Amino acid sequence: MARIDLIDVVKQFKGETVISKLNLTIREGSFTVLVGPSGCGKTTTLRMIAGLERQTSGDILIDGACVNDVEPGKRDVAMVFQNYALYPNMTVRENIEFGLKNRGVPRHERERLVRDICEIVDLTPYLDKKPQSLSGGQRQRVALARAMVKKPKVFILDEPLSNLDAKLRVQMRTELIELHRRLGTTFVYVTHDQTEAMSMGDRIVVMRRGEIMQAAAPMELYDDPDNLFTAQFIGTPPMNVFPMNLLPNLGTEGEGRAEYVGFRPEHARLLPGSADPPSDGLAIAGSIITRESLGAEHVYQLRTTAGTFFVKQFLRPYAGGDFATAVVPHDRLYFFDGEGRRLRNLRAASRPEPAAAGVR
Amino acid sequence: MPMVPKRLKPYAMIAPALAVFSLFYLYPIGYMIHLSFHEWNFISPEKTYVGLGNYREMLADDVFLQVLRNSALYTVMTVLLATGTALPLALWLNRKSGFHAFVQGAIFSPHIISLVSVSLLWSWLMDPEYGLLNGLLHPLGIGPLKWLNDPDTALLSLVIVAVWKNLGYNTIVFIAGLQSIPPELLEAAALDRSKPWTTFRRIILPMLSPTLFFLVIINLIGSFQVFETIAIMTQGGPVNSTNTLVYYIYEYGFRYFKIGHASAAGVILLVIVGTLTLVYFRLLSRRVHYR
Repeated sequence: MARIDLIDVVKQFKGETVISKLNLTIREGSFTVLVGPSGCGKTTTLRMIAGLERQTSGDILIDGACVNDVEPGKRDVAMVFQNYALYPNMTVRENIEFGLKNRGVPRHERERLVRDICEIVDLTPYLDKKPQSLSGGQRQRVALARAMVKKPKVFILDEPLSNLDAKLRVQMRTELIELHRRLGTTFVYVTHDQTEAMSMGDRIVVMRRGEIMQAAAPMELYDDPDNLFTAQFIGTPPMNVFPMNLLPNLGTEGEGRAEYVGFRPEHARLLPGSADPPSDGLAIAGSIITRESLGAEHVYQLRTTAGTFFVKQFLRPYAGGDFATAVVPHDRLYFFDGEGRRLRNLRAASRPEPAAAGVR
Repeated sequence: MPMVPKRLKPYAMIAPALAVFSLFYLYPIGYMIHLSFHEWNFISPEKTYVGLGNYREMLADDVFLQVLRNSALYTVMTVLLATGTALPLALWLNRKSGFHAFVQGAIFSPHIISLVSVSLLWSWLMDPEYGLLNGLLHPLGIGPLKWLNDPDTALLSLVIVAVWKNLGYNTIVFIAGLQSIPPELLEAAALDRSKPWTTFRRIILPMLSPTLFFLVIINLIGSFQVFETIAIMTQGGPVNSTNTLVYYIYEYGFRYFKIGHASAAGVILLVIVGTLTLVYFRLLSRRVHYR
């Protein structure tokens, strides 16, 4: 178990800044997920923690000790690579043992450790096989076993599930969560998939263009996003966002001037086009252009003069016609300024002005 | 287009290539084997059948046995030195900097120079009296060496030329091999606390084995067929110390006009090179392949 601190970390590649002044604390024993679109610097951050990449400036601390000049092997960090990076010329056993041998762990001790680990990840029948004869899921387990057997202070995983098929991915997700609980080691996990981040992490760091947009627990991130980027990155379908000037009957009271307003698709309720909308909510009328039924939930895409947006309904599908009004309670609206920053001190207020065409 | 029965189509497609191959490879090889059982001087209209006479004569010839020995020695030394030096060189050159790129280019340049020029160049360099090599060695208190003029050093001198010529190519191929090793493997090894030597022995070398194997075979086959340097620099001398198989064939065929004898030696070369090639393809399909 270890806590990791990144202090004012900057990384430049050939004069281009990839990470700018990153400050992040990864709590000990946490399952921290770095998530963001490709090129946001999440993998670079991970590689700097592992020591595979050196930061241009700033400090990296593991358990309070500065590891800037500590080589990767001595940081007590184990890594699972996206393509597993198993040694193709070695058997499963040799792959797992390699790190132990290099540490001078005696033979019988090694054998015991390999046996124990392989019990956990179900690899015992494959110990003498080469990686090329294993399936993707099995290779993944070897990579995990190779990392686990070293009993590291920090476990680093770089998109480890992206090469697996959908079903296996969901299964491995659960297994990784289970593994984290059992080991209690600090996990740092990188993914571009927000669903993966939400389902696995107990703390999520949303990154964009080398900066941290928000670091919080999954539900906090979802319910209380700091900015437009986080709001739209987390959740499927993403948060609907409209420029304020396209919704003339929506007013605000409180500090700040909102440029954008957003709401989650599941917070909107669909009413048939002719029904009178309640007055304590934002009402947007439009025509339904797609209907997607997933059994327990139903996703509708609506087109209005202000743009298209999504509405998610649970259990009972919307029964009305193609023309509908989406109603969002005022306390479910999120306001953002021109820079995309969240304006937490603003409240919605209806304005009794005449409605624009298609928007009431 | 006239209709060709579907079954014959593939044969029709490869027919042109097959015709050229037969005319310029299969037929000459067959004819060579045919000639090796005859006595012929290139000009006379009739060939005398002698059965295995040419082979018997050749194997009883001390010079031919020396030629085989020379060929083997030359080949082993060239292959060991040319691949053995290229690997460390490739490990050193496998990084991105202007200097390394320059050295890469420099050591590769001999590969694109004609062997005839190379031979002439090295004849000057190795000249016992006016050569640059002796000039450089003299201040170190070595020499003067007689290089190509001494039966004891002549073959080794030719090996030096061959190594100089092949080193660049081998190095470039090794560098390509090194660059095809996924960098994550080396990173994983670093995280596994692998020392540089362990990483080299347990990961780099096994991953490089197809490349190494390819180079050894290519160099082996090439060395067995050495001709130009010998024809230009030593003509097989002094006292046959640099006489090798292909030069021997050339001398018997085009100087003494003993075509049957030359063909018999040609068959021996065919068997040797053919065996090496066969070994190469056999092993290539079995061992040394990981991906």
